[in-house]
Amino acid sequence: MTSEVGKSNEEGVDGGRRHFLLVATTVTGIAGAALTAVPFLASWKPSARAQALGAPVEQDISKLESGSMVKVNWRGQAIFIVRRSPEMMKQLEDPALADRLRDPKSEQSEQPKYAKNDTRALKPEYLVLVGVCTHLGCAPLGRFNPADAELGADWPGGFYCPCHGSKFDLAGRVFKDVPAPTNLKVPPYRFVTDGVVQIGVDAEVA
Amino acid sequence: MSATMQEKGRMAQLVDWIDARFPMTRFMKEHASEYYAPKNFNFWYYFGSLALVVLVLQIVTGIFLTMNYKPSAADAFASVEYIMRDVEWGWLIRYMHSTGASAFFIVVYLHMFRGLMYGSYKNPRELVWIFGMLIYLCLMAEAFFGYLLPWGNMSYWGAQVIVSLFGAIPGIGESLVEWIRGDYYISDITLNRFFALHVIALPLALVFLVIAHIFALHEVGSNNPDGIEIKKLKGPDGHPVDGIPFHPYYTVKDLVGFIVFAMVFALVLFFAPEMGGYFLEHANFDPANPLQTPEHIAPVWYFTPFYAILRAVPNKLMGVALMGAAVVLFVFLPWLDRSKVKSIRYRGWLFRSFLGAFAVSFIALGYLGLMPATPTYTLAARFFGVIYFAFFLLMPWYTRIDQTKPVPERVTYHAH
Repeated sequence: MTSEVGKSNEEGVDGGRRHFLLVATTVTGIAGAALTAVPFLASWKPSARAQALGAPVEQDISKLESGSMVKVNWRGQAIFIVRRSPEMMKQLEDPALADRLRDPKSEQSEQPKYAKNDTRALKPEYLVLVGVCTHLGCAPLGRFNPADAELGADWPGGFYCPCHGSKFDLAGRVFKDVPAPTNLKVPPYRFVTDGVVQIGVDAEVA
Repeated sequence: MSATMQEKGRMAQLVDWIDARFPMTRFMKEHASEYYAPKNFNFWYYFGSLALVVLVLQIVTGIFLTMNYKPSAADAFASVEYIMRDVEWGWLIRYMHSTGASAFFIVVYLHMFRGLMYGSYKNPRELVWIFGMLIYLCLMAEAFFGYLLPWGNMSYWGAQVIVSLFGAIPGIGESLVEWIRGDYYISDITLNRFFALHVIALPLALVFLVIAHIFALHEVGSNNPDGIEIKKLKGPDGHPVDGIPFHPYYTVKDLVGFIVFAMVFALVLFFAPEMGGYFLEHANFDPANPLQTPEHIAPVWYFTPFYAILRAVPNKLMGVALMGAAVVLFVFLPWLDRSKVKSIRYRGWLFRSFLGAFAVSFIALGYLGLMPATPTYTLAARFFGVIYFAFFLLMPWYTRIDQTKPVPERVTYHAH
């Protein structure tokens, strides 16, 4: 084909074909860019090493005194293990308590099936919790004595988050009118023997 | 050689040579010597150029800090102490950077308040304002990522709290948080990626946005304390009669502003670099400890107004949403404001009262965000939060019915 001088460049152009090529190239280009983004975005996920370091941990609780707490580090989070005393268990049974809680039956909260009960525990005596406030991730403090000077005469004992004032009872259940939305999480755990608890592995319950 | 070439000096020849290959002179004229700015700029017009000065300061000091800083959980805290104690003048460079961060927010907040007073966001400057807001968002992200780097305990828990905010998003929240951290907690991995974002990704975005902000401004021309469009009244030379070339008039004026700023900056830098715990928080002199929350977590002062709003809401998702809205609502100001006039000088008492109440509640929320969340303070934060949002949400109403004064033809100007 020869083009004459002065003739428009647009002459002889197949408009439909040009439009098709434009759309096809654009769509292919966008799809390619999206696929290329996948490795970069996925590289932000926990790496193989981070996952390996998140392996289960064991803690000997046979020497834990009644009414006291031990903290274990699992995946960089504090895991609270409390051996609840009979007085503490009595506080939990107080029928008036449930009215002051936002989620007394743990319907909205995260815990393994075997901890979705009145004491939120596999064995009622031992409370195992993720020590991370469900509000914004601060570490709550154990305030186990009832009628704490700072928390008032009606304080039944439990956990108090100093960051934004969230309160939880002795089963990690959240009180009403605090910023935290749900009960403290219960991690997956099991008893390897009577005196050793393992965090990060689910108990097998029939 | 031609006659014209012989008449010109060597310097002029060099300029000609460059101009034939790169638009140097044209660029200088467009943005400085022939950019006509209103002649009635007042004190409030220092803060734009000061923000640019602080940006350069942060980039230069930041580059030198990266030469000794180590972005790993094992070394970060110690490497900052190393900069402070063993590197020659390291303390100065580090304090310039940390003081510069607070200075950045001070000048940017004053710069934004200037825009609110004189209606600088209104038509035709909507894009100037939006680019400015994007700069502000980037600046907040930049400050947040930078605050983790010293790996102090407040760095750690501050990052923990802010990253957890994303957990409030229904459905994807938890996995999003894990994706941001790259781990099950704020770890070495998180620190390393925040470092990358702080030193390269966000500074690049910031510089790009600043250029877009200035280009958009120079396209429409600067607003002024009278809110009058000076381009409407041009002299026989084709330039606005109320305009003067940015260079040399405002470059020289801004130089005076810079010198005063540098004096104040030096005073803080040498005599109060921590500003009593407001610029550098005391808990950050302890290394990060994932198992021990500081007694009282408060963000650095420039985030506290929004933090107070977050805490004032008893519902997590609503708190996060309202905090986000408190920042994002600024973007919509050009369309929320229905007033015929731009400047506060010609607006009525309604706008003046709302703007005054807004400024007071912003400062009050900033104070409350630094304090512990006691019931009294929470109640106060709710009160000021309502005023804060009323300023934006009622704006279409009160700016329409407000009694405005007639705007004069020419800017108010008293020759010295």
